[in-house]
Amino acid sequence: MSHLTEEQLVDAYYSGEPADSHLAECPECKASFEQLRELLDRLSDLPTPERGPGYGGEVWTRLLLRLPRTKSRKAWWWILAPALAAMLAIAFLAGRWTERSEPIAGNSEQARERVLLLSISEHLERSQIVLEQVANTDDLVEERDRARELIGANRLLRQTAERLGDAKDAVVLEQLEQVLLDVANAPDKPTKDDAARVQKTIAQNELLFKVRITLTDARERGLTL
Amino acid sequence: MEWTDAQAAAEARLGNQQAFRVLVERHSRALFRLAYRMTGNEQDAEDLVQESFLKAYKQLRNFDERSAFSTWLHRICVNCALDLIRARKKRDHQTPGWLEGVAAPDPSPERLTQSSQVAELLGPALNRLSESERAAFVLRHYEGSSIEEIAQALGVQTSAAKNSVFRAVQKLRRSLAPAWESAR
Repeated sequence: MSHLTEEQLVDAYYSGEPADSHLAECPECKASFEQLRELLDRLSDLPTPERGPGYGGEVWTRLLLRLPRTKSRKAWWWILAPALAAMLAIAFLAGRWTERSEPIAGNSEQARERVLLLSISEHLERSQIVLEQVANTDDLVEERDRARELIGANRLLRQTAERLGDAKDAVVLEQLEQVLLDVANAPDKPTKDDAARVQKTIAQNELLFKVRITLTDARERGLTL
Repeated sequence: MEWTDAQAAAEARLGNQQAFRVLVERHSRALFRLAYRMTGNEQDAEDLVQESFLKAYKQLRNFDERSAFSTWLHRICVNCALDLIRARKKRDHQTPGWLEGVAAPDPSPERLTQSSQVAELLGPALNRLSESERAAFVLRHYEGSSIEEIAQALGVQTSAAKNSVFRAVQKLRRSLAPAWESAR
């Protein structure tokens, strides 16, 4: 009886073929196989760090700003995202109010805070796109629909920040809301002066810079929770 | 209704970023494990995950729907990892960090000793493998990929992929045999 080659033993380890029957009959090959199996099994024991269930969301948040913009960025998710952010913020608020009458576990509070921070991050990412467009072009109409979609979520997030005593974020969100309102209420044929007024507000308040800082801060806080 | 990978990829190709988000959220953890095993470093693995998804997004039009999205994505990640390893090899020789903490959840002292000895040699042993051998071994041993999937990921014939796995095991076995024999 000819013995199995080393290659066949490796095949047998990974796929169980074609050596099963031979291994049952040949003690020499079986011993070689057991030696190989023990070593390879041991290599499988070596640990790798695991990422939690929210890891995909974190990857996405970081990735989003690096993805090239496409025309269809205005697709349905753009419309749904602010609504989702608003819903999450409502869920967060509901939790905070419940908490006053009924103590809750630290993990739940952390989870809600994380949800809020993620909502703020998503909202600010979208707002930043609008601000950049308005700051760099005179075409307010292009961004008008987006601004309208963002106003509701912005208001809710600002109110949440105020309730939680987060004055810094509340101020940024208030200034952002003013710009979003100006853009949302732009006439069908805005003049260059209309655009210049909004651009001036953005520049005077250093709003783009503040939004970026708040966004980075919210992301970092969200990741450390 | 939940999108399948193929449906999400098709939607993403049309510019629907939400569909791509589904793919990112679905495959990030597995991709991280692969990247970590390829590089042995958490920060490198994090960067590779980002790079792989970014490349995948930009190359979506090249994705052949007949193959599995995960296989295609793994191929991108493996290639990104190989680029990184090549760059690293030029700079220095690092022992993969994932070999440093070798304790299983509840190891017996004997098992711990064996694992430590094997692990101590595994880093240099893996570094002695060629790029394709290392990639093929990680995919076969840790990812459970089939020979066909490895061949696809590395862009080689199945016979070459099979051979790479075999050569990797053979080299590792030779490198680790002394420690292994003394520990047994």
